[in-house]
Amino acid sequence: MLRHIAPITLVAALSLPLPALADPDPADWGAVLSEARGQTVFWNAWGGDPRINAFIEQVGDMLEDRHGVRLTHVRLADTADAVTRVVAERSAGRDSGGAVDVIWINGANFVSMKDNDLLFGPFAEALPNWRYVDTEANPAVLTDFTVPVDGLGAPWAMFRMVFEYDSAAVSEPPRSLDALRNWIAANPGRFTYPQPPDFLGTSFLKQAMWGLVDDPAVLMGPTDAVDYDAVTAPLWAYLDEITPNLWRQGRAYPANEPALGQLLADGEIDIGFAFNPGRASAAIADGELPGTIRTFVFEQGTLGNSSYLSIPYNAANKAGALVLANLILDPEVQALAQDPDVLGFQTVLGMHLLDNEDRARFEALELGIATLPPQDMGIALDEPHPSWMTQLAEDWVTRYGIAD
Amino acid sequence: MPVRATTGARPPGAVALFPPLTVLLLAGPVLAGVAGVLLPAFGFMPALGGHALSLDPWRALWAWPGLAAAVRLSVVTGLAATAISLAITLLIVAAWHGTRSFALVTRALSPLLSLPHAAAAFGLAFLIAPSGWIARALSPWATGWDRPPDFLSVNDPAGLALIAGLVIKEIPFLLLMTLAALGQVDATRSALVARTMGYGRVSGWMKAVAPRVYAQIRLPVFAVLAYSMSVVDVALILGPTRPPTLAVQIVDWMNRPDLSHRFTAAAGAALQLALVVGILALWFAGERLAGALGRCWATGGARGRRLDPVLRPLALVLAGISAGAVFLGLAGLAIWSVAGMWRFPDLIPESFSLRHWQGQARGLGAAVQVTALIGVASTLAALVLAVGCLEREFRIRRPTDRRLSALIYLPLIVPQVAFLPGLTTLALVAGVGGTVAAVAVAHLVFVLPYVFLALSDPWRAWDTRCATVGHSLGAGPNRVLWAIRLPMLTRALLIAAAVGFATSVAQYLPTLLVGAGRVATLTTEAVALAASGNRRLIGVWAVMQMALPFTVFALALGLPALIFARRRGMAP
Repeated sequence: MLRHIAPITLVAALSLPLPALADPDPADWGAVLSEARGQTVFWNAWGGDPRINAFIEQVGDMLEDRHGVRLTHVRLADTADAVTRVVAERSAGRDSGGAVDVIWINGANFVSMKDNDLLFGPFAEALPNWRYVDTEANPAVLTDFTVPVDGLGAPWAMFRMVFEYDSAAVSEPPRSLDALRNWIAANPGRFTYPQPPDFLGTSFLKQAMWGLVDDPAVLMGPTDAVDYDAVTAPLWAYLDEITPNLWRQGRAYPANEPALGQLLADGEIDIGFAFNPGRASAAIADGELPGTIRTFVFEQGTLGNSSYLSIPYNAANKAGALVLANLILDPEVQALAQDPDVLGFQTVLGMHLLDNEDRARFEALELGIATLPPQDMGIALDEPHPSWMTQLAEDWVTRYGIAD
Repeated sequence: MPVRATTGARPPGAVALFPPLTVLLLAGPVLAGVAGVLLPAFGFMPALGGHALSLDPWRALWAWPGLAAAVRLSVVTGLAATAISLAITLLIVAAWHGTRSFALVTRALSPLLSLPHAAAAFGLAFLIAPSGWIARALSPWATGWDRPPDFLSVNDPAGLALIAGLVIKEIPFLLLMTLAALGQVDATRSALVARTMGYGRVSGWMKAVAPRVYAQIRLPVFAVLAYSMSVVDVALILGPTRPPTLAVQIVDWMNRPDLSHRFTAAAGAALQLALVVGILALWFAGERLAGALGRCWATGGARGRRLDPVLRPLALVLAGISAGAVFLGLAGLAIWSVAGMWRFPDLIPESFSLRHWQGQARGLGAAVQVTALIGVASTLAALVLAVGCLEREFRIRRPTDRRLSALIYLPLIVPQVAFLPGLTTLALVAGVGGTVAAVAVAHLVFVLPYVFLALSDPWRAWDTRCATVGHSLGAGPNRVLWAIRLPMLTRALLIAAAVGFATSVAQYLPTLLVGAGRVATLTTEAVALAASGNRRLIGVWAVMQMALPFTVFALALGLPALIFARRRGMAP
């Protein structure tokens, strides 16, 4: 068996990728629409949140009603699963007809796919609804973690790190890294962060770096361009100081954002954080967080980034994928996503670019009970270069990831 | 022992094809998959720029500071979980076999076999967490806690919670395997003889019966050992995190956005395979040692009657804790699925809601259909193959080759993380990835061993004089099979089918990888939602994940009563 199969794998893996012959051209939108009709698009997106799943179901209904394109949500436990799949397909020489049509992606996953030429495009800026995207007020939609998107992903929502705290237990939340250090010392066991290399946990390290470096400009370039050890020394000193007073004395960490949220809901910690400013309100409305939870941001500002829809180079249903990426930028869908009862995601569209009817959709939205109004959200700090994410996570694992 | 027919061996006919076909279906995917892991482990994966063989993946693996601890964890949790579940299982059988309590205990434990490991682990986690049910039941009146205490129970660094989670799931499996073996070793009479000679119940059974029973359940014990060392989902839920077990770390590397970690993952998977082989060898040596010591102990002649008053209640308590932990954990999950706000230290939720059930209805319905389709297809195929192999063995009048019996366990002993990624590539090359049919074939690899296990004993125990009577009345071998043997073995066939179906329902990695994420079953959806840590959702899906195989088991037990309502000789 072994003897017969290995050569097949080898031959397939070694054969050169053939260029796809008839990729759809988003500039000819009419042709895209007619090609897409009847296709079923497989949207690979994290499947861990029932609200997001319900939203995707709703978008699927609209996609079928308006364009005759069916949508299947491939619920991922981890976005990297979709990346893995595309890689496996390329190893097997499947350069067209791939299983992944669209990925909800950002950060290191995006950079990794971009660097390995696994993405179709550029397409984003040719989408008809691109005209509503506010690239002046939100330049972050053009760069993902300092890496130019180059039209290989259509931005569809913006995220900000916000801290969530139980106002019944914390009277005055710590609004700076320094205040947080003092609060942790005074309240041992009541704060933690997800274990790096988890995305949110590593984001906390980056947020801390923003507060600890003298010149944040160093964060915008790769780590090997600076004296990394000297620049990060204050971070490890900070962590060394807070770790004994973390939840479980830092002997265990929650796995990810939902696990952190569950600790807050169970009353095991008093302060958590998330990347969706509307999450706390929605969870309170659903009875999953106590009504006393509120949110705050650091005076200095908190990390902000965007999420994208990207299309793998070998996707089987590229036309349908393009129609989906365009639909998601539709003002009606964007307003739905921003509705705190639905998702509470922040739109990428510019209000001044919309007509009156569409603008009214956004103006009608109310903030949730725990959500900060825009004027209190403070500054969105740029995400550092992706190498910081990788390097900080790796060093964290070396320093704290192995029990001694 | 089955009674041999007086007639000589007959030409086996078409059934001769079944054993080679079975070997091909079982060993082929495993070996091909292992090859698909070994190549990238030595740097060969052209899609990611690995064109030449190198040792770099191994250097990267060695450079990981957690390697020693992760390897130690995998070995210790695997060995401990296997030894403890085997010891408790043998103790339960030794202390209570043949009594009414024993029937009760086996009846309480056997449905747990159909329960997916992940669901049991979630239930246990909710039970023992500082904000879990046990702490809630004691708070604040006994403990004074009005907030969850800050201690480490789930995810403890020593892996105790992980070992406990594995033990409560492996006891039912080993117990059922032991029950099947008891019939073949004439256990009841041996134990009786030992007791008439003045031996205590436990020590008599251990000395006279256990050695022969153990010889019969060795392969299932190996499967438990290999599984416990390399399990991913249970270790994610209950296991340590700094560092995690090797298997969890391998999956973590496979999921890193930086694709170069795929090579490290492959090297880790190869190491995992070597570890399992090494520990199995160690277990082998342990068997020899235990055998030698056991002979001295047995020939020493101590009657051990004073052990019974201690060991018999202990066995009952251990069985009760084990079954109780699973049932309470599941009850907790079921309540979470309909819970509104549920704060610490409330024992039950403040409010209830069906919102999550309603919200998931559409997805649940679709997933149940796909799961049932794959389960039925793979189970039917497995039944045909198992019956074919067993019938051939009967017709040529020779027991199945020992090597074939061992091969059947291959998919259960080679760790899934060590061959499924390679198998996925193979499915893609063949152009069948992402289809329900391909997933059903992948499930067959895991379903077939269990169906074979469940069917082979009743099949071999069938009274072959019935066949002799059939032949003497002029029926050919095929007619004997269809008109006499299969109808008489209806009950065994249905139970084997239920075991196979439950195995198929529980498959996570094969479904995810071979299905290219496009084939959504109850288990893939449940594990994707498990990433959310949302207990209400996990509750909804775990209840469904449990309900489907449960229903099939109930059918398998109930149908024979209906079918044979008018045939008194077939009554249970």
